[in-house]
Amino acid sequence: MTQYRVLPGPEHFLPPAAASMGIYLPNPGEAHINGVIVPEEKAYEEAARQFLMAQVPTIFPGPLVLWAWNEKAAKKAAAVRKLYEILKECAQPGQKPMLIPMPDYRPKYPKINPEVEINPNHPNLTIWHNKIDCCMFIGVHCHQANLSLKIIRGGTSCYTVAMCAQAGHEDAMLSFRDASVEKILKLGDWIRKLKGTVKPRLTSTKTSASN
Amino acid sequence: MAEIKSQIGTQNKKGQTFTDAWKMMNEAPRSPSFYTGSEVIKEALRRASCDVMIAYPITPQSEAAALIGELFAEGYIGDYFRGESEFAVMSQCAGAAFGGARVFTTTAGPGTMRAMENFPMWAGARLPIQMIVTCRGINSPLSIQPDTIEISYLLNTGMLVWHAETAQDFFDWILKGFMVSEEPEVHLPLALCCDGFFVTHTKDVVNLTPADMCLPPYDPYRSPVPCMDMECPPVRMMRDPFIMKSNYISYATHASWQQEIWAAVERSRKHTIKWINGLIDTENTDAEVVIVASGTAVSQGREAIRLLEDEGMRCGLVKVKSLRPWPGEEIREATKNAKHIFVPEFNVTGWLAKEIKATIPNSERVHAGPHVCGGMTMPPEIIVSEIKTALGMRSESLAGRGS
Repeated sequence: MTQYRVLPGPEHFLPPAAASMGIYLPNPGEAHINGVIVPEEKAYEEAARQFLMAQVPTIFPGPLVLWAWNEKAAKKAAAVRKLYEILKECAQPGQKPMLIPMPDYRPKYPKINPEVEINPNHPNLTIWHNKIDCCMFIGVHCHQANLSLKIIRGGTSCYTVAMCAQAGHEDAMLSFRDASVEKILKLGDWIRKLKGTVKPRLTSTKTSASN
Repeated sequence: MAEIKSQIGTQNKKGQTFTDAWKMMNEAPRSPSFYTGSEVIKEALRRASCDVMIAYPITPQSEAAALIGELFAEGYIGDYFRGESEFAVMSQCAGAAFGGARVFTTTAGPGTMRAMENFPMWAGARLPIQMIVTCRGINSPLSIQPDTIEISYLLNTGMLVWHAETAQDFFDWILKGFMVSEEPEVHLPLALCCDGFFVTHTKDVVNLTPADMCLPPYDPYRSPVPCMDMECPPVRMMRDPFIMKSNYISYATHASWQQEIWAAVERSRKHTIKWINGLIDTENTDAEVVIVASGTAVSQGREAIRLLEDEGMRCGLVKVKSLRPWPGEEIREATKNAKHIFVPEFNVTGWLAKEIKATIPNSERVHAGPHVCGGMTMPPEIIVSEIKTALGMRSESLAGRGS
């Protein structure tokens, strides 16, 4: 059993892929938190707690939910929007929920506008610029999500959540698998349920220093 | 978008039923057939729901490419054509896979080497192409006889690499290989290797799944990268290499990308274990002498063990089935009791022995040999002789046989 844990960074100049450190993906019905396999229910609670604690909880929707390429994608997009509305509804003074799209994976030079988008080739720019301390990837192709999650872990202290439609992401600090409309909305339910029980981390020196 | 699950139970244009792959491989009745390895490749492809096969008619290491042409003529393969060289074939395979097709090809020896640039590209682009490698010599003077040296060049490409011992392995692993390499968190090419001639040209009894069953079709919408997107990596890297931009971010992206390929190899581990029943097979690993081998060297090792048992000497066997993912933990466990580990190989450099030495504690236990190469056979007697000599026992020289 590996001793490695997938934790908020900044971890390393070039952090390892968590899979190469012995972290396994969850099976159906499971999730992982910090690389430890847990029942999915526990992950909802922890993800909701992280969102409610964060100063700038942010959802990063990717092309698979941003474009209505099939009926399921359109429904997921509506669920993501609903989740964002719940985040805003549950935010306390000083918290600033954001919804920043990853519309595509094109390398953009000299650099992206971090106020309006995130890009898998330099996701840290958007994290740093907006002082994002908790984010969730959804609808991003798995390879591109893993690139982003690892670069974020390497250079920022942001807590990362993956709501993956396939097998999940070891490189996130918390990952669901087989994402569906129901799962997205269930996370929203958990955020509402924990509202008022979690104190926001509004003066985190670690976040502002290393973000 | 059509759901793959919804196609199970329906029929393709040849009247084959798309069948749950696990049921087809593990529960469906099998019928014994007497085939060459090349014919077995054809029979596996008949059941593989393969969209595209691209061939290059290299010197006849394997008839498989020509036999699959017959399958195309019969209507079992979506498209089939000949490339102008091995390099072209592998590039065309990439194009077909970028477009979302299940792709299959075969190569061997110098052809593998000529096409080599494509293999890390396939892995980097996350293309789950399956390539049969019917290993033969690669150096001048050329040989079409078996020699596994080319496998060593494939080990660091980011491809999955399996090494079949028998035609039965070959039949099963071709079909199972698609299931492993097409998992969305894996999505890597597979080099399914065998020792040319010994497996491809000789006949063996192979238990086949029913010909009226076939694998479910490949679902490109589960790919971890978008299909054929000219604006985004990986395709864009080939027309406008962002990797060549000189700044830290792009280097970091490229580094992260490489790590992701090897992470995907790691992720294939659990699926490989599930589908081919472990990365290794073992027999009598409590013995003090253990043979560790892959490919047909396993068969020769097994026969050597029988000869040693006739003389009252007990010897264990480890058959390495998967080279990537590498079964490091399994080999450490299987060899923990061994005082002497012998690694017979059909190549001059002993790449498998080097891998094993880098994996286990007390690597001085590893005896790298015997080796044959260039198409030589490996009589089990020379394995026996190697073991006896290393243990300080008297051994007859084989060189003088017949004099």
